[in-house]
Amino acid sequence: MLALNETWYLVLAAMIFTIGSVGLLTRKNPLVMFMCVELMLNAVNLTFVTFSKALDDIAGQAIVFFVMVVAAAEVVVGLGIIVAIMRRRQGANADDISLMRG
Amino acid sequence: MRVEMFTFLLTAAICLAGSAGVVLLRNPVHNALSLVATLFGVAVLFIQQGAYFLAAIQVIVYAGAIVILFLFVIMLLGVDKAEGIDRDPILGQRTAAIAAGVAILGLSLTALLSVGSRVTGQASTLAAIDGSEPNINALAKVLFTDYVFAFEITSVLLTVAVVGAVVLSRKAGSAIDVAEFPEGTTADLLQAKHDAAAVEQEVLEEVATEDETPEGEAETTEEALR
Repeated sequence: MLALNETWYLVLAAMIFTIGSVGLLTRKNPLVMFMCVELMLNAVNLTFVTFSKALDDIAGQAIVFFVMVVAAAEVVVGLGIIVAIMRRRQGANADDISLMRG
Repeated sequence: MRVEMFTFLLTAAICLAGSAGVVLLRNPVHNALSLVATLFGVAVLFIQQGAYFLAAIQVIVYAGAIVILFLFVIMLLGVDKAEGIDRDPILGQRTAAIAAGVAILGLSLTALLSVGSRVTGQASTLAAIDGSEPNINALAKVLFTDYVFAFEITSVLLTVAVVGAVVLSRKAGSAIDVAEFPEGTTADLLQAKHDAAAVEQEVLEEVATEDETPEGEAETTEEALR
């Protein structure tokens, strides 16, 4: 049986990142696009933790902590923007939002 | 070793199924629930690699706060219906996206698998993970020494995000409603409210004693109540 080493985690993270990026490019609902960004961030976090263990360095986990904080802030502001847009027009998807003025 | 492998494979399957669900399912609520599955899977992988604090944060912040926020917005906006897939405004967008995805995956898999199973790079000299020290202590030590400036900036970022969210999600064009915040001290306001309630109560009692309810006057009672 194959031994479980870092490569397994990294390959899994690459797969999750790819799925997230394809979703970001294909989906049109802005909420789902945000979820795909979360997927990509999680894949990167997994990579950071894996390298943190492989190289025996806690700093990788500190960076994951900061990534999580920034992700939380990003979601809060992004959802605020989506709510503000959706109030003006019902059922907007990402393709309809092409003007940078109110 | 065998248990570790089994855990990893099971968790990886959950992660991949969850992330596929985020992309493929048409209902935003189902997308959010699939996202929770992936986040839990990643938390399990964190635990497997000894990042216990991050696993807890992953469950609390991501699954507990961020996904709930998503669900709140889905419910608030009422967009929990399937998205139309017939329209593709940029020609061949979906095909191009899938091609780009395959390219990204191919590139990263080549990079990962071509070097063999060892991670190259220098092991830490400054912040080594000491087996005797609990994970959370090690992380706290590095957060509050080497990265303390970044940590403080983080709090500024969170404050800015909260203020921004409030500004963005308030109803457009409405300034602060002055009637909602009248002048005077809290005690005065409470007294005024209490007086008003007392007056209203008196009126109600008067009305109640006046009409020992012949039918026509029941209506006036209701009007007075209004």
